[in-house]
Amino acid sequence: MPRKIRFKLNGRAVSTDVMPHETIVDMLTQHFDLTGARESCGQGLCGCCTVHVDEKPVSGCLSLAWFLDGANVRTIEGLADGDNLDPVQQAFIETGAFQCGFCTPGFIMMTKKLIEQHPKPTDDEIRHYLTGNLCRCSAYPEIIEAVKLAASRVGLRN
Amino acid sequence: MKPFTYARPNSAAEAVKAFAAAGRDARYIAGGTTLYDLMKLGIERPEHLIDVTAIRGLDRIETGGDRLRFEALAPMSAVAADPVVGRDYPVLAEALAKAASQQLRNMATVGGNLLQRTRCLYFRNGAGNPSSVGVYPCNKREPGAGCAAIGGLDRGQAVLGQSEACTAVSPGDWPVALTAMDAAVEVLGPSGARAIPIAELYRLPGATPHLEFMLAPGEMITAITVPKTPAGRRSTYHKIRDRESYAFALASAAVALEMEGERVTRAHIALGGVATRPWRATEAEQMLAGQPLTAAVSLAAGRAAFAGARPGRHNGFKIELGARTVADALMIAARRSA
Repeated sequence: MPRKIRFKLNGRAVSTDVMPHETIVDMLTQHFDLTGARESCGQGLCGCCTVHVDEKPVSGCLSLAWFLDGANVRTIEGLADGDNLDPVQQAFIETGAFQCGFCTPGFIMMTKKLIEQHPKPTDDEIRHYLTGNLCRCSAYPEIIEAVKLAASRVGLRN
Repeated sequence: MKPFTYARPNSAAEAVKAFAAAGRDARYIAGGTTLYDLMKLGIERPEHLIDVTAIRGLDRIETGGDRLRFEALAPMSAVAADPVVGRDYPVLAEALAKAASQQLRNMATVGGNLLQRTRCLYFRNGAGNPSSVGVYPCNKREPGAGCAAIGGLDRGQAVLGQSEACTAVSPGDWPVALTAMDAAVEVLGPSGARAIPIAELYRLPGATPHLEFMLAPGEMITAITVPKTPAGRRSTYHKIRDRESYAFALASAAVALEMEGERVTRAHIALGGVATRPWRATEAEQMLAGQPLTAAVSLAAGRAAFAGARPGRHNGFKIELGARTVADALMIAARRSA
C-alpha cells in the first residue's frame, strides 16, 4: 500500500505517494525527474546516490523514501542558483575533477558538508571524509584540488 | 523484493506492541544500512517492518555521571563526534570513525550497528544477489544447507570461535570496542525491560549459526551503557584492513590500559575481524596484569590472544597479523596520557 509523505525538496514543499520498498533514489528519479543522485553499487559503498537529509549526507540507495516524511532534502539539483553554480560545482569544473561525471554529484554533495566541517581541509581530512565515494575514472588528485579550491573560495566569502 | 507492511510507532512501548501484533516475520528498522541491504539481496525477507525512527527522545548521548549512556537511535556519526567520548574514550570514537563511510555513519544508529550481520561472501551470495556468480550453501542463510566457506575461499573467515557449521566473521568495529569496555545493552521487549552485558548479546555459531543474538523475539535495543574507567583515556581502536579506508577489518584490536608508571595494572582487550563474535582476549589481559609494557611483552600478549586460534586454508596469516595488531594497539594506547 502506498503512503503519502510530505517533505521539503530543494527548498520547496512537496508531497508524493511512495511504496514501502522505494528508496530515496527510486523516488527522486521516478516521482520528481531528479536524476543527479543515482544508484550504482546499491550497497552504500560508492556514494553516487548521496543526498542531504536534514543537512546530513546519506546514501539514497539504502534509505527508504518513507523515512523522508517531514524531512528537509537537498539534491545536487538544488545547489545552483539559476545559472550561478555553487562554488563547489565551479571548483570541480575548473580543476577538471571528473571525466565521465557519473560519481560527481555524490562527490559535490559530500564536499559541501566537508568544507562546512573542515573549512581548511588537509589531504587526510579530505580522504577520510570522502572515503565512501568512488570515482572509477580515478580523478582523485583533481578532486582533492577541487575541494581545496572550493574551501578557499567559501572561506573568502564568509 | 518480497512485499512488506510497515508501521511507524511514536514510542518504544508502541513499537514493541506493533512487533508483537505483526508476529515473527517482523523486523525493527532504524538506519536500515544492514537490513535494507540484505533485503535487496533477498537474504532478509521480513513481512513487516517496524520503523523506529519516529520515536522521540531515544537518541540522547549522556556523558555525565558514573557511566556513558548512548541511546539506541543516536547516529554513529554523532557519538563519534562527541567531545567527551573523543577525549576520554578514544577507543569508542575511533571504532566509530573507522567504520563505514560518513554517509552510512550518518544513517546507521549505535543500537542497530550492534546487530550488523556478517559480510561473509558466501552468506551474501544467495539466489537473490544480482551480481552473484553462483549460489553457495550457507547455514546462516539457510539452516542445514551446509557451508561453502569451509574449505573454500576463506581468506576473510574467522580463526577464533568457528564451528563445523560456520566460520563467518562478526563484522563490527563498535561492538568490539564496547566489548573491551564492559558495556551493557538495555533492551525492551514483550516481557519488559532488561539489561544484559554486551558479552552475552552475541552467540557462538555452534550448530545454529542462523541464531546470532541473545535477544528474544520482539526485543529492541534501547540504549548502550559503558561504565566509566580511568583506562578510557589510554585506549585505542587499531584496525588493519586491505586498504586504509572504508574496508572491513582483517584484524582489529580494541585496547584500554590502566597503568602505574610503566607497569600495566589492568588491560582491556577485544578482537575484531578474526572471530565469529566480538572476542574478549581474556588470556592476554591476565598475562599483562602487573607487567611492564615493553614491545616484547606486548607481542607475547598478542600471541596469547590467539593461542586458541585455528586457521582455515587461506586465512592463517590472520593469526600473526592479529597478534601484531594487538601488540601495536597496546603500544599506541600506552603512549597516550591518562
